[in-house]
Amino acid sequence: MNFVTPDFMPAMPEIFLLTMVCAILIIDLFLKDDSRGATYILSLIALVATAFLSFSNYSEQTITTFNGMFILDPMATILKIAICIVVFGVFIYAKDYLRDRNIYKGEYFILGLFGVLGMMVMVSAGNFLTVYLGLELLSLSMYAMIAMQRDSVVASEAAMKYFVLGAIASGMLLYGMSMVYGVTGSLDLATINKAVSTADRVVMSFGLVFIILGIAFKLGAVPFHMWMPDVYHGSPTSVTLYIASAPKIAAFAMMVRLLVDGLSDMHADWQMILIILSVLSMALGNIIAIAQTNLKRMFAYSTIAHVGFILMGVLTGTQAGYGASMFYAIVYAIMSVGGFGMIALLSRAGFEADNIDNFKGLNQKSPWFAFVMMAILFSMAGVPPFLGFWAKISVLQEAVNSGLLWLAVVGVITSIIGAFYYLRVIKVIYFDKPVDNTPLHASMDIRLALSINGMAILALGLYPTALIALCINSFS
Amino acid sequence: MLSLTHFLVLGAILFSISMAGIFINRKNVLILLMCVELMLLAVNTNFIAFSHYLGDSAGQVFVFFILTVAAAEAAIGLAILVVLFRNKRTINVEELDTLKG
Repeated sequence: MNFVTPDFMPAMPEIFLLTMVCAILIIDLFLKDDSRGATYILSLIALVATAFLSFSNYSEQTITTFNGMFILDPMATILKIAICIVVFGVFIYAKDYLRDRNIYKGEYFILGLFGVLGMMVMVSAGNFLTVYLGLELLSLSMYAMIAMQRDSVVASEAAMKYFVLGAIASGMLLYGMSMVYGVTGSLDLATINKAVSTADRVVMSFGLVFIILGIAFKLGAVPFHMWMPDVYHGSPTSVTLYIASAPKIAAFAMMVRLLVDGLSDMHADWQMILIILSVLSMALGNIIAIAQTNLKRMFAYSTIAHVGFILMGVLTGTQAGYGASMFYAIVYAIMSVGGFGMIALLSRAGFEADNIDNFKGLNQKSPWFAFVMMAILFSMAGVPPFLGFWAKISVLQEAVNSGLLWLAVVGVITSIIGAFYYLRVIKVIYFDKPVDNTPLHASMDIRLALSINGMAILALGLYPTALIALCINSFS
Repeated sequence: MLSLTHFLVLGAILFSISMAGIFINRKNVLILLMCVELMLLAVNTNFIAFSHYLGDSAGQVFVFFILTVAAAEAAIGLAILVVLFRNKRTINVEELDTLKG
C-alpha cells in the first residue's frame, strides 16, 4: 500500500467552507454583542463564495476522488448551489427574529454553516462512510440549533424529541449499512452496485429495509413522520426555517446516492416499499393538515405530503423520474423557506405569528406581502402558473410514463384535498378583518429577500423550462 | 469455535434490546440515551464481525468513526437533557407532552 495524494480540487467548495466556518468561529469569539452583524455578513459571504466555487467546479463528467469517497457530478453541483442559495435566504429571514428574542448569537450562523457542510458532503457522498458522516454533521448541528433558545420549554422538548428519533434513524441506517457491507464486502457505493447481482438476496433485502427506514425517517415520510409536526412547531421559527428547507434537498440526494447509485439492481424491491410510503405520505399529510390551526404544524403536514411526491419521482426508477424529483426537492425548499419566512416577517418581539388567525386581513396591512404569501401558498397547492405546479406535473408525468397511472391519480386526488387548507389561509388573508392593527415593521433586507423569493416562484413558474431541463439533464 | 452467525445473532439481540428499551421505557429520558448508545454498539459488533470474516479492514475503520460520532452525539444529547431539565424540572418521558395537535 503506498499513499497517493488525492485530488483536492473537486472538494474545493467543502474545504473552503470548512476553513471559513473555523475562521468565523474564531472571529465571533472576539466580537461584542452589538457587533454581531459581522458574523452575519461573513456567513453570507461564505455561502455566496461556496456557491460560486461549486459553480466553477461544474463538470459534465462524473469525477471521483478520495478513493471514490467523494463524487462530483452535475447533480451534486446543482444541489450544492441550491442548498447555498436556500440557506442564504434562511439567514436573512432569521436575523430580525433572532434579535427580537435575544438569541442573536454567532452559534446560529456557525452551526448553520456546519450543517451546510454536512449537506454538501451528503450530496457528494460515494461511500457509506461519507453518507453517514455528512448526515451526522447535519443532524448534530440541527439538534443544537433547536435547543439554542434555552429558556423555552417547547424548544427544549422539540430538541429532545428530534434528538432521540434522529438517533434511532441513524442507528437503523447504520444497521442496514452493516448488513449490506457484510454481503457485498465493500462500503463503496459503486462497488456495492456491481456486487448486488451475485449477493445473497435475503440478507440484502433485510439491509435494504433498514436503509429505507433510515431515509424515510430523515425525509419525514409516513409512517416515520411523527417527529415533524412537533419539531417544526416547537423550534424557534428561525430554526424551523432552516430544518424545513435545505435538509430535504440533502435527504433527497442521500436517497439517490444510496438507492440509485448503490442499490439500483434492487429497484424492484425498493420500488414496492417507496410506493407504500409515497401513497401514505400524500394521503395522511394532506388530510391531517386540514385540521391544523397552527401554521407551522400545517406546513409540517404539507411537507409530509410534498415528501410523498418526491418519493413518487424516485420510485419510477428512470433517469427522467430522478430529474423530476430533484426539481421537486429544489422547488419545495424555495417554497418552504418563503412560507416560514412570512411567519418570521410577521412575528415581532414577544409575539409569534404562527397561528392562521394572525394572518387575518394581511391584505389591508400590506397588500404586497399578502400577494407574496398568496404566490407561495398557490405554488404549494400546485396552481398554475406558479412554480409548484410544474414540479407536481413533472413528477406525475414520470409516474404515468413508467406505468404507474393509479399512483398519479392518487397524487392528483390528494393534492385537490390539500388545496383546501392552502385556500383557507388565502381566504383569511384577503377576506377577513385584521385582529390587531400593528403595522408591519421589518428591516429592508428581509423585505427585499422575501419579495425576491415570491417573485422567483412566479417568474420561474412562468419560465420553468430552463430549471427543469437542468435537473433532468443532470441524470443523463 | 465461534462463527460469524454467533456474532450476528449477538448484534441482533443487542439491537432488539435497544429498540425495546426505547419503545417500552416510559419513565426516564436518560435510559433513552443509553439505548441509543447500545444501538450504535450493536451496529459496531456487526461491522467488526463482518470485517474480521471478510478480511477487509474498511469495516473496522467505519467503527472508529461511529464511536467518535457516538461520543459527540452523547455530548449533545446530555446538553439538551440539561436544558430540558432546567425548563421542565422533570425528565419523565410521559411528561414531554407540551407539543401536540
